Amino acid sequence: MSTEILMPALSPTMTEGNLSKWLIKKGDTVKAGDLIAEIETDKATMEVEAVDEGVVLDLLFKEGEANIPVNKAIAIIGDPNEKVEVKKEAPAEKVIEEKKIEKNIETKIEIKKDDLIDTSSPKIEEDTNLSSEEITMRQALRDTMAEEMRKDNKVFILGEEVAEYQGAYKVTQGLLEEFGKERVLDTPISEHGFTGLAVGAAFKGLRPILEFMTFNFSMQAIDQIINSAAKTLYMSGGQINCPIVFRGPNGAAAQVAAQHSQDFSSWYSQVPGLKVIAPSTPYNAKGLLRSAISDPNPVIFLENEILYGLKGPVNNDINFSIPIGKANIEKEGKDLTIVTYSIMLQKSKEAALRLKEEYNLDAEIIDLQTLRPLDTETILNSVKKTNRLITVEESWPFGSVGSEIANIAQRDAFDYLDSPVIKVNSADVPMPYALSLEKLYLPQVDDIINAVKKVSYIK
Amino acid sequence: MKKLQKADYIKMYSFMLKIRRFEERAAQLYGMGKIGGFCHLYIGQEAVVVGILMTIDKNDSVVTTYRDHGHMIARGLDPKRIMAELTGREDGYSAGKGGSMHMFSKENNFYGGHGIVGAQVPIGTGIAFTHKYNGEKNICRTYIGDGAMNNGQVFEAFNLAALWKLPVLYIIENNKYGMGTSVDRAAAGLDLYKRGEAFGIPGEKVDGMNVFSVIEAADKAGKYVREGNGPYIIEVQTYRYRGHSMSDPAKYRTKEELDNYKQTDPIEIVKAEILKKKIATNDEIEKINKDTLEEIKNAAEFATNSPFPKDSELYTDVYL
Repeated sequence: MSTEILMPALSPTMTEGNLSKWLIKKGDTVKAGDLIAEIETDKATMEVEAVDEGVVLDLLFKEGEANIPVNKAIAIIGDPNEKVEVKKEAPAEKVIEEKKIEKNIETKIEIKKDDLIDTSSPKIEEDTNLSSEEITMRQALRDTMAEEMRKDNKVFILGEEVAEYQGAYKVTQGLLEEFGKERVLDTPISEHGFTGLAVGAAFKGLRPILEFMTFNFSMQAIDQIINSAAKTLYMSGGQINCPIVFRGPNGAAAQVAAQHSQDFSSWYSQVPGLKVIAPSTPYNAKGLLRSAISDPNPVIFLENEILYGLKGPVNNDINFSIPIGKANIEKEGKDLTIVTYSIMLQKSKEAALRLKEEYNLDAEIIDLQTLRPLDTETILNSVKKTNRLITVEESWPFGSVGSEIANIAQRDAFDYLDSPVIKVNSADVPMPYALSLEKLYLPQVDDIINAVKKVSYIK
Repeated sequence: MKKLQKADYIKMYSFMLKIRRFEERAAQLYGMGKIGGFCHLYIGQEAVVVGILMTIDKNDSVVTTYRDHGHMIARGLDPKRIMAELTGREDGYSAGKGGSMHMFSKENNFYGGHGIVGAQVPIGTGIAFTHKYNGEKNICRTYIGDGAMNNGQVFEAFNLAALWKLPVLYIIENNKYGMGTSVDRAAAGLDLYKRGEAFGIPGEKVDGMNVFSVIEAADKAGKYVREGNGPYIIEVQTYRYRGHSMSDPAKYRTKEELDNYKQTDPIEIVKAEILKKKIATNDEIEKINKDTLEEIKNAAEFATNSPFPKDSELYTDVYL
């Protein structure tokens, strides 16, 4: 009986991998635990061990082949005396448990592919300087940091695994090589300490980019962010500013459960002295990160792990920037307004397509881009035009960014509203682990459509 | 150790006296309701900051806790503007927006004045990081209260400073009490200067009531740090005569304990030395006393006459 070795998912967000190297060849006998291949994932290059035993009957991909989907058979092992039948068929009922998990992963990937649909944005199309090549969000972020580091040697980056490891999510890949260990610093796992250190360096005139491996860990350092970085300009009567960027992934990744999936956008947006940015595409990530690094104030730059692989065109001008505090009208519409940001832009766009098809509703989508300072003007102008408003975001409902937008809308556009404002948020519970519950927790396209139906009085 | 000149003795005495007179006047203004909020006095600890001052380069940086008035005076800042910050007026160093605990003077490399126990330690370490990053020969003096020595971020900062060999001199001002809790009720292991040992940071304990001991230790430690050997810890044994803040009657300690420390009053020690060495006469000392009193009186008057910040200032300095 032969067994297929499948492309493994080596990280929660990995959907495909590159076969960098085979460590076995046809005819070899492998035992469980033997190294069989090196796989390059979205985060790192890793060695893969055999779980089953037998003789290598066939290698289905060559070294160097890229973008092999997770769960695709890459090799076959078995008894050489047995005929290799049905090559591509799924493995027999061997480990039912395992199969179940695999199936879940397939579903998961499907969901993610849907999330990543990037219908072109009108603003991008107007950009005459657009790259013909599409790059990922992580490349856009990396390129922008490198460009700014080339311009100003006061800009440096520090954080856990940013240097030798090339970034936990590969966002800092190659920076150590180009800028050296004086400007690309691996820190110990001590957020409180190295955040305070970076804040002190910013007070003294450097321009640190501090990467939190995820914003979940920024809670360890919250005092330095709020009490030191955000307030010192004020407390010093304008003498000491803090030009620092705190960046890293925020919000849910994929099945990493309660302590590693939470959205802090409204927490940070509450604090005077901080600016808060949440990009949604490679294009705006580039423009916004440049503005963040150049800004003389502390900026919270909330990335999203699932969006790191999102591809799109960018503007490669090394001075191209998108101003902080400006929302982008992602799609114009006349019937209702959807205000959203970060990863929920993708779901909102998908919802808009369905709203048009199924209900003939023309939604206007506003991508906030910056959460603080909030572009209330763009929101209000839209509400005055469409008379209906929903907000879509990943954070918890209580006191969320949408709550503030609802407040502003009722205060400044009360007479224009034809219905109450409806917020779409994550469930008001800690993030569960189970895939099924995770999906329930997060806002989905159906939730957005239901909210739109409510404000449009459609039963 | 650097050889002290006659002028150095006078400088030490004048600064220590100025700090004491300032704090006494601040207490008075607090009692009159001219100073609000928290107000932490430095009386009794003057030899620490003045001793360190004697070894400082003007391009060195300083960062300290909320017990900061004396530190600012020692840095050579104007008592008028310090007092005006205490009274929350527009001429204050933070334009009335910081208050007693949050004062800064960037042009004098004085980086606060921090209200959160322990927070200044990573910050000072980061300022030292900048000196090194910029290739400057300067160091950052980072003051730490004994209470903060049980705070986690302090050890994170020690680790980073030692790991990256940063030019930071940590000065633990051990005044025996973190608010109302004595060191022996808060710290497991009373030798606070040894708490850098695990990171390979040398430490030393110094008598902080005697300015000459402080100078000697600070001089040696400062050289070590400036030469690029990484951080150094000095634990200065001192004592605050007043409570933790103005509202603290200090019932947790005995009168005898306080009186005992007053026997070794840091200002009296310097005065005795000046007279013994015949650096100044009694009359000359009296003149310094009188001038200092006058200067601080003027500062108080300035601070109570300076206007309150304009209402429009509420919304300035949030962003640059």
